[in-house]
Amino acid sequence: MQTSAMLPEFRPASVRALITIMNSLIQGFVQALDLILHLDPVLFGIILLSLKVSGCALLIATAFGLPAGALLGLKRFPGRDLAISSTNTLMGLPPVVVGLFVYLLLSRKGPLGFMGLLYSPSAMIIAQTILAIPIVTALCHSAIVNVDPIIRQAARTLGATPRQVTITIIKEARYGILSSIIAAFGRVMAEVGAILIVGGNIAGYTRVMTTTIALETDKGNFELALALGIILLAISFSINAILHAVQKKGTVPVS
Amino acid sequence: MKLTVSHIAKTYEGRAILKDCSYAFDRNSTYVLMGKNGSGKSTFLRICALLENPDGGTVDYRENDALLQPDMSLRRRITLVLPRIGVFNTTVSRNVAFPLQVRGLSHADIEARVNKTLAFVGLDRKKGQQARTLSSGETQRLGMARALVLDPEILFLDEPTASIDEENTRIIESIIKDMRKEGRAMVIMTTHDNAQAERIADRVLVLDHGFFQPDKTT
Repeated sequence: MQTSAMLPEFRPASVRALITIMNSLIQGFVQALDLILHLDPVLFGIILLSLKVSGCALLIATAFGLPAGALLGLKRFPGRDLAISSTNTLMGLPPVVVGLFVYLLLSRKGPLGFMGLLYSPSAMIIAQTILAIPIVTALCHSAIVNVDPIIRQAARTLGATPRQVTITIIKEARYGILSSIIAAFGRVMAEVGAILIVGGNIAGYTRVMTTTIALETDKGNFELALALGIILLAISFSINAILHAVQKKGTVPVS
Repeated sequence: MKLTVSHIAKTYEGRAILKDCSYAFDRNSTYVLMGKNGSGKSTFLRICALLENPDGGTVDYRENDALLQPDMSLRRRITLVLPRIGVFNTTVSRNVAFPLQVRGLSHADIEARVNKTLAFVGLDRKKGQQARTLSSGETQRLGMARALVLDPEILFLDEPTASIDEENTRIIESIIKDMRKEGRAMVIMTTHDNAQAERIADRVLVLDHGFFQPDKTT
């Protein structure tokens, strides 16, 4: 009761500080919207590079991860359990560790240093690919092993060859497989640690959304950071909305 | 095509399910296999349908007394409907088209046969529906359609009416009877229902302790 009766000049210092921050946030927010609405070329250059790097990484990761996941899901071979556990562990790979690893690999004295890829978009694609492959592989594997075993039997009784049985199972897992790709995309888009180390955050060359947010926040330039934050959130939201729609389509209720 | 099984034996996890089962199945009859739970009825069907190998004994398919090789081409002349249908996550008509697609039939041919078969089992009005939304009785009929679309010479049915209501049971029974009448296929099925066996069987075989009981004919 007493607090609400207090006059503004009697507000404690912490409250005043909070109001200042809120004001600068709101100001930053308005300027961020301004940047987005006026299609600021720097901003859109950064977004485009983000999509390009993550998109390429995802393509490569899918090319390796899908067959690997299918193999783990469909075939029995020695070492399979170990491979599954390893893949699941690698799903939680810390991005900075991957960054460090790729850095050492590509640095001038490293084994691949002669290629001169460090601090380039290619280096970022390599790092994100390494992060994405275990996600695609592990989730694709789980999508395939979650297909009801009765499907395999049904396909066999209906005269499918072993190859056709395999294709049938992969088709049944299609929504789960698509989910695995979307999930990997969400992870690499939002990732900052690895690409910061191997890309170097060079303006106009390797600067992407997440690294820009990190840098501009450090510098106290909130408007660009916020604008990118809003867009990143919007992209994340779209990815999750699509993921949800895909999963919903995949699980048809049994009446 | 004739099916002769001789001295079939099968052991699961140290338990002898089938010990010595022999029988000659002739064309154009409906055989009903009965027996307690775990008496090996389903195992026997799976062995006959070449989905599983017996530990001992032989399964011989003969055409004009010539022995047929148990290869893909023979496997495609017989089919087994499992007690759980295993519906593919797609439409009703695509489910029924599946066995024809794996045989590489033409599009037009597939469509004509699918439509004919769906009409035969009374699912023609649901052909575009997502198959996993069918009721359990309709699902069972879908399973029948998926097998019948092949025009199999021998149709194995494992508990085709175990989990469905009376009306759908009647529909399935009339499908089996129609097939008998039209001479379309030999049917070998299992059931728990004595009355059902009475209604549709030409011959009833009873499995007990790994052997066929002395022949009972209805």
